[in-house]
Amino acid sequence: MDTPAQLRCPSPQLLELSGRLDADACQILWDHPLESGAAKTVVLDLSGITHLDTAGAVFIRRLIRQYKTNDVQLKPRGLPTAFATLLAPVLETPDCPPEPGRDMGQIQRAGRGLHSLLTDTTEFIRFTGELLWTLGYLARHPGQIRIKEILTVAERAGVNALPIVALISFIVGLVMAFQSAVPMKMFGAELYVANLIGMAMVRELGPLMTAIVLAGRSASAFAAEIGTMKINEELDALTVMGLDPMQVLILPRVLASTLITPLLTVFANLMGILGGAVVILSFDYPLVAYTQQVVSFVTWVDFVGGLVKCFVFGVLIAATGCLRGYHTGRGPSAVGEATTSAVVTCIVLIAVFDGIFSIIYYRLGI
Amino acid sequence: MKTPLIQVKGLSSGYDGVALMENMDFTVDTGEIFVILGGSGCGKSTVLKHMIGLVPPVKGQILIRGTDIGAAHGETRRTLRRSFGVAFQNGALFGSMSVLENVRLPLDEYTDLPREAADQAAMSQLNRVGLAGHAHVRPDQLSGGQKKRAAIARAMALDPEILFLDEPSAGLDPLTSAELDQLILNLSRNLGITFVIVTHELESIFTIADNGILLENQARGIIARGNPKTMAAESSHPYVQDFFHRNPQSQGNLP
Repeated sequence: MDTPAQLRCPSPQLLELSGRLDADACQILWDHPLESGAAKTVVLDLSGITHLDTAGAVFIRRLIRQYKTNDVQLKPRGLPTAFATLLAPVLETPDCPPEPGRDMGQIQRAGRGLHSLLTDTTEFIRFTGELLWTLGYLARHPGQIRIKEILTVAERAGVNALPIVALISFIVGLVMAFQSAVPMKMFGAELYVANLIGMAMVRELGPLMTAIVLAGRSASAFAAEIGTMKINEELDALTVMGLDPMQVLILPRVLASTLITPLLTVFANLMGILGGAVVILSFDYPLVAYTQQVVSFVTWVDFVGGLVKCFVFGVLIAATGCLRGYHTGRGPSAVGEATTSAVVTCIVLIAVFDGIFSIIYYRLGI
Repeated sequence: MKTPLIQVKGLSSGYDGVALMENMDFTVDTGEIFVILGGSGCGKSTVLKHMIGLVPPVKGQILIRGTDIGAAHGETRRTLRRSFGVAFQNGALFGSMSVLENVRLPLDEYTDLPREAADQAAMSQLNRVGLAGHAHVRPDQLSGGQKKRAAIARAMALDPEILFLDEPSAGLDPLTSAELDQLILNLSRNLGITFVIVTHELESIFTIADNGILLENQARGIIARGNPKTMAAESSHPYVQDFFHRNPQSQGNLP
């Protein structure tokens, strides 16, 4: 085994580099202090080099540059010919350019963020317009509606989501009833937990929980599916075959999601109320008392109000998932980014629209 | 007698104990450009995957500088891995990293070089393959030929003795393919790198290869070996003649 490279300075005009100059030696020598004498030309004797790799050649290149900054010319000499072909291209290599955007200032960052937000909004508006136009077209040509595709998506996104929606709603109802029953019992009002559960599930939590589950489950699936199709040029293939991806892929998903979300919500409401019933039964109240309390307190207006929200949430979930998939960038990481973005955007939009609905219902006195 | 750099002994290649090719013996000498030839689907890439220790062979041994890659573990395996680079068929560049970061990755993994040194070493490899101007570009912005060259730059990051290339010319136009052949020849002649290349591009084979083997499905093994030009001129095996003269007469060529 060769000895690791050593750097010596026997005289002000001579620098000697000898031994095995590889990556391991280079990391030790990299910050080696350089002696600067009065000489304007220094010879770098490389005749003792026994092995050289690219990292070693990069070190020689650095030495030459460092001396040059002090107006000293470092002249390499005596490198064994076997290594000369390795050193020459490294000396000719340009400096590694700085990474673009690395030194971005706060204003630039803010500008980029704003630009990205505006681009996103424009894309969403354009996409919504295109979606509505296609919907109008299909309303005039109902024969072109892909019923089979809609039912398949409805099964995948809706029916298959039933167990998870049911479980989460049941647990939410159960936990909420339990948490509220304990303090309400102190006032002898534990039966009114039924009113709380009924109203909260039907107006708010049923639609919200269903929408969030679907955002995590279906929006991500739509984004990944369409994104992968885009990367594999399947969307281009559809277009050149004269098929509109909006009509063939996106609209069936939006319609299926819009139809299935209210149905899942009804189921979620029932499961949540059932969860509350379990708690009330444990307080020795009969089931009929709980049911009557719920039915007498929750009105049809509350129920329909919740369902109206669900239609909107259904559209948002499918449209956002498809939009993110449709605008997937290039490369395999783009699908992951599109999927994450679809779920995050969906949840934010659901929260925002839920707030808007609350204000509207309040203004309408519902 | 000089020991070959790579020795393949009694190799039966395949997956999950099922052999596609059997009893293959061949050697690769230091500094030569060795090609593994054969029709599509005959198992050339599988042989390559055995040689780089990615897939264990059904039977047999692959020795690199006398060390069995299948039996090597721990530090021996790490040292062995450091001695070769691999460029996969589609480049296999990491999409989340820039081209420079892709090339720097092996340096970060295997050495403790300062960032500046690692960057400049990666830059030198990119310059060598003509991609110095694309350092901070994402791989998806590169053309097919550029991706292959970037993959070669990454494979060369640790100055390996051996470069394994899986179909480097596949899907490239004749000019880009010729440029890539020239690059391989330059690296071989100037830096003394040994190449093991899986390919079926005749133009490329005749331009760069010093030695090679030809695999065939029906024979389930090697049917010819040596310099491809000599194989094409001297072998009397009908498949060898059909393969080198682009004659689609042999039965069972299609996978």
